[in-house]
Amino acid sequence: MSVDRAATPTTPSTDEFIKGLWRENPVFVQVLGMCPVLAVTNTARNALAMGLATMFVLVGSNVVVSAIRRFVPKQVRIVTYILVIATLVTIVDYSIAALSLELHKALGAFISLIVVNCVILGRAEAFASKNGLWRSFLDGLGMGLGFTFALLCLGAVRELFGMGTLFGAAVLPAAWQDWVIMILPSGGFFTLAGWVLVVNRINQGRARRKDAEAA
Amino acid sequence: MSPDTPRPSDAVALPPPPPAWPMVRALVGVGLVCAVLIVLVYQYTRPIIAANQLEARQAAVFQVLPGAVSSTTYRYVEGEGFTPVADDASGDDLVFAGYDRQGRLVGVAVEAVGMGYQDAVRVLYGYAPDRQAIVGMQVLDSRETPGLGDRANTDPDFLANFAALDVSLTEDGQRIAHPIEAVKHGEKTEPWQIDCITGATITSTAIADMMRESTAVWVPRIAASLDAFQSREVTP
Repeated sequence: MSVDRAATPTTPSTDEFIKGLWRENPVFVQVLGMCPVLAVTNTARNALAMGLATMFVLVGSNVVVSAIRRFVPKQVRIVTYILVIATLVTIVDYSIAALSLELHKALGAFISLIVVNCVILGRAEAFASKNGLWRSFLDGLGMGLGFTFALLCLGAVRELFGMGTLFGAAVLPAAWQDWVIMILPSGGFFTLAGWVLVVNRINQGRARRKDAEAA
Repeated sequence: MSPDTPRPSDAVALPPPPPAWPMVRALVGVGLVCAVLIVLVYQYTRPIIAANQLEARQAAVFQVLPGAVSSTTYRYVEGEGFTPVADDASGDDLVFAGYDRQGRLVGVAVEAVGMGYQDAVRVLYGYAPDRQAIVGMQVLDSRETPGLGDRANTDPDFLANFAALDVSLTEDGQRIAHPIEAVKHGEKTEPWQIDCITGATITSTAIADMMRESTAVWVPRIAASLDAFQSREVTP
């Protein structure tokens, strides 16, 4: 069973780290993992915890998948990846419960649902199964940070408008009337649309400037 | 495959079946390693999680019984009444008596469970027999909507309902004179009513319902056997 490398890597390995932060951001650009993006971003704290838990699983699964890529035949690769991811998620679940029961309660069922987050399976299949350990680690770290960053962007906006607070601390004046809709699932869609708009605007502006320079 | 498909060309197009051994090896190997890892992590974290839960329960008892500094767990057995058991006991028929610095009974904390908006909600409430009232409530476990239903544990206006919620018994001591009921936000007029949270009516009502049902059973039991809780030595 031979698994070919996609190509001899020509880009510096730091590029694998940086691409996930913005250029190939898993949420704003690849539009992956929408379930946790919409479900747990109603407060900045939940968003941050979910982002970090996902990042841990993503880094772990990328490293393991990359390490066993020559050992796993392609017919059973998806099953194997899911097994690896589910094991990591179970470990995270128990560890969070041991560290802080309160945080475990706040995240509720969403920790177990990291298993079906398509960012993780997506990176295992698209990247880690074709690349070496170090690059896969960097890819997972970059994508995980990008995912956390995106979740925080949504969580901060939704908490600010929906509850007038940020990380639980009152930010807006007491006269502020909460927009309850921002806390509800529909608010997640509005906020996501707003952020994708902003990100696309910035990226298009950059591309245009680059073209102008080239011309 | 339809019967009129030409079979010979089909046979040519089919690739040889992949060798089974590498697949078995990969699946069994990865599965075994994963299983061992999960067992190890479970074994390692289980006592820590159990200790955390015990600590959280203790803290909750002190919170719903203001003034309590120590507690004893009691088990209720039908016909026999309340008997003290070890603090890490588990089961449905447990209550937690809280005592102040002088060793006097502050009240008894009882768990109640009911269906919320998403899933079962578990609460702990403190009953003070001398005041014939609920003196505190805390949500122990819930999966209510973040930002709406989960405010039941943080909203100061809602928690204020449980600072002195009347559950006085009828003369014969068998029933609650005025069962707990939920009313719309801002319409609370009687001491046995619970003022709902705006935007979390289902959760608020669910908590009122489970407490009404739980107090109907437990308050008469506790009130009838107060002596069982009083006999506590003062521990320094």
